[in-house]
Amino acid sequence: MSKRYDPPKQSGIGQFFDAVFLLALVYFVLFIPLIFGLTGANSTNVMPETVNWETLGQNETMQAQWEKLGYTPETAAEMITQRFDYSIDPLMLIITAVIILGYFVFLVKVSDKELREVIRERFDT
Amino acid sequence: MSDQTASQTGAGSGQERIGLLRVLGPAHVWALGVGIVLVGEFMGWNFSVGKGGAYGALIACWVIGLLYTCVAMIDSEVTSTVAAAGGQYAQAKHIMGPLMAFNVGLYLVMAYTMLEAADALIVGDLLMILAEQTGYDALDPKPFVVLVISFLAFLNYRGVFMTLSLNFIITAAAFVSIVILFVGVQPWNPGAILKHSELLTDLPYGWIGVIASFQFGIWYYLGIEGTCQAAEEVRSPSRSLPLGTMTGIITLLIAATLTWYVCTGLIPWEYLGQATVPLYDAARMTGSTVLQVFLFVGTLFAATASANGCINDASRAWFSMGRDRYMPQWFGAVHPRYRTPFRSIIFLIPIAVSFAFTGLLDQVITFSILSGLLGYTFMPINMILFRRKWPLGSIKRGYVHPFHPMPAIVLMILCITTFFATYLGFGLQLLAMMAFYVVVSIWFVKHRYKYVRRADQFTMNWPKPVGY
Repeated sequence: MSKRYDPPKQSGIGQFFDAVFLLALVYFVLFIPLIFGLTGANSTNVMPETVNWETLGQNETMQAQWEKLGYTPETAAEMITQRFDYSIDPLMLIITAVIILGYFVFLVKVSDKELREVIRERFDT
Repeated sequence: MSDQTASQTGAGSGQERIGLLRVLGPAHVWALGVGIVLVGEFMGWNFSVGKGGAYGALIACWVIGLLYTCVAMIDSEVTSTVAAAGGQYAQAKHIMGPLMAFNVGLYLVMAYTMLEAADALIVGDLLMILAEQTGYDALDPKPFVVLVISFLAFLNYRGVFMTLSLNFIITAAAFVSIVILFVGVQPWNPGAILKHSELLTDLPYGWIGVIASFQFGIWYYLGIEGTCQAAEEVRSPSRSLPLGTMTGIITLLIAATLTWYVCTGLIPWEYLGQATVPLYDAARMTGSTVLQVFLFVGTLFAATASANGCINDASRAWFSMGRDRYMPQWFGAVHPRYRTPFRSIIFLIPIAVSFAFTGLLDQVITFSILSGLLGYTFMPINMILFRRKWPLGSIKRGYVHPFHPMPAIVLMILCITTFFATYLGFGLQLLAMMAFYVVVSIWFVKHRYKYVRRADQFTMNWPKPVGY
């Protein structure tokens, strides 16, 4: 027969600090990198020397649709020439994979340990 | 206002639990699921065109459709067996353990809160575009962002029945606007309005672009699994949840197909891949003022319905975690009069508003997608452990999905591929999201878990799991 775990009661101030910590984490890890442009898409622009619909690779129908949208070759050029950069940095890819894999291994192992405590208390006390 | 904090009914707790009201039917479940997701047809899906071209986006739509089929198969079995508020959170709590449940709860909260931010951002942008078209260039969208989120939070605060009844009406109206646009562009008369043969191009990035586009392919369907969040508020969960979810998926498949077909026949892919409101733009391209008005209203309604459902789902996941003390217990309070998780509703508003204010739609959407994707990665692990710990016949299951473990294996492969798709172009954002979940998990293990009552985490009337 195992002993039942009796958790401490958290004070109001303790709960307040926990809520503030979570908010701070959201802003520090997710929001700040976003507004400082650290997490934006990797993209490149290759602008032709002469900008017109032909050099931008737009056929007649495309030209007409761009014009309906209110664009000229000059105003549409940046949008048309923008391309994602899909070059792969092997080191970054490995680091990313290890972090995701490590995170899930950590979750599964620790969760299992915690669930064993839960089951023991639920069924054996 | 009295402080009535819902507490667990398990051993060791003598307080009476104040439950959520059971008032919802299948139509509400449909509205909750489709209401959240339908906005994905009005904005966001088109970023997959930017990453892989028009055909790449179509392939992504189908492949990610397969991912969601696996999600639906797995979720149907587990939800029909663990029908409790919190959906996947409650499943993780019983099958995998508290840390996984804490993370799953956070995935739900972050996915829905970021989606809510994207919705509010869209409403602001749409009004700004309308102002520009009517000759007023200086409209600031921020007050509208705050207004939308505050109004919907107030509705959620007042009660779930009114909130989801409103969602049913505005979701239906938004879906009708897509159908009207489809009919309006005369699909039976190719070349008249739709110009697929001249506008569709080869794959701009080759097949790696197709894989990259899986990231935003998720946006066609993200959140449909949120229907099981309402399990505790549905009158007949075993009937309403599968019926509402399945009709929801069918609705989305139809809407996604119509959307892709109309947009790619009217808009050059380079513009479509970066547009904020592609369906509204498609309506503009037809030259019909009537269609433009319908799609303006449809986009507005879809974004509003989605934000409404997101506030509902995110607050319920946060509330469930507060009730279980995974989060401060203060959040586990139910309003004494309206019976809603009012503190959780209010707490999440500043986060949604802040991210909506950035105006960075693709990145806000990516945070939502990544949290959803982490949740889908949890599902195959959860399913395999569920069958191993409680083999068939050991407990009563409402539904047993066929071909196990194939759906789990396919889902895991597609999740890994979608992580790689996100790495292509949004690698640093992927790392930022992972840093958040790693830090918060360590915080839970080292600090928060000590407040959790162990035995109260297992409330199902099941036998001891195999191997424990």
